[in-house]
Amino acid sequence: MIALSDYLILGAIMFSLSVAGIFLNRKNIIIILMSIELMLLSVNINFIAFSHFLGDLSGQVFVFFILTVAAAEAAIGLAILVVLFRNKRTIDVDELDSMKG
Amino acid sequence: MGFENIVFYVFAAIMLFSAAMVITVKNPVQASLFLVLTFFSCSAIWMLLEAEFLAITLVLVYVGAVMVLFLFVVMMLDINVARMRAAFMQYLPIGIAVLVTMAVMMFMVIGPEHFGLDRIPAPARHAADYNNTRELGLVLYTVYVYPFEIAAVILLVAIVAAIALTLRRRPKTKYQNPDLQVAVQRNDRIRIIKMESEQPK
Repeated sequence: MIALSDYLILGAIMFSLSVAGIFLNRKNIIIILMSIELMLLSVNINFIAFSHFLGDLSGQVFVFFILTVAAAEAAIGLAILVVLFRNKRTIDVDELDSMKG
Repeated sequence: MGFENIVFYVFAAIMLFSAAMVITVKNPVQASLFLVLTFFSCSAIWMLLEAEFLAITLVLVYVGAVMVLFLFVVMMLDINVARMRAAFMQYLPIGIAVLVTMAVMMFMVIGPEHFGLDRIPAPARHAADYNNTRELGLVLYTVYVYPFEIAAVILLVAIVAAIALTLRRRPKTKYQNPDLQVAVQRNDRIRIIKMESEQPK
């Protein structure tokens, strides 16, 4: 039988991988967006595992809402990315300094 | 080792491998395709957890819509991959350090001594006629009906925002103005002039 800790460890490793992905590809916004999707996925694994082992459907409802928000976030993020590329001809993070932040 | 364990470990291995490939491959197109593989194996694991509706939603919404969007954007943009990769080796040690540190720290909290089978026993499997979609709908449309409507508004806002951001008006583009078309009068289009009929010479 698979224990709850196995699912949680799987989610934890996925989350660590996506954080490391942000560190490794910090010049490429597209890979950073993909890493954020991976993070949300690993959190969803935790929600569904707890929902199964505690016998409560609320966890699955939360995953449903997280999927909705993640889809909206991906759509708006990619739209911003397209506008950014159209204006500056690059998506290199180092060159996005026009606001001098 | 039962069939359940084999399914779990095989799909978990595929998932971790493809997630590792997403963050290490050179080509963003390959990265998004590996992300698709990650989502597929994750949906298999969710099916093992009896969340069938969300598993199929993950495939339909993520693989079908979000990842296609990612692929479109990746292929539309002309990305200089070599420049992006220049810093990769520089950040590799700190990336691995962060990965190992976070994984070990979380393992100490959620390890088998806290969430093992002896602490939280596995629940009995549902009968074959159990309908996950029906049960989820019964909760979603009663207890969580207001959050559900807010989710619909969030999606609407996302549609409006994405279209408003990427809509581009070129000055030379020709388009019709329906307002003027509807409001046009007879006098704007035809002009009646009185003239003598022409006589054959």
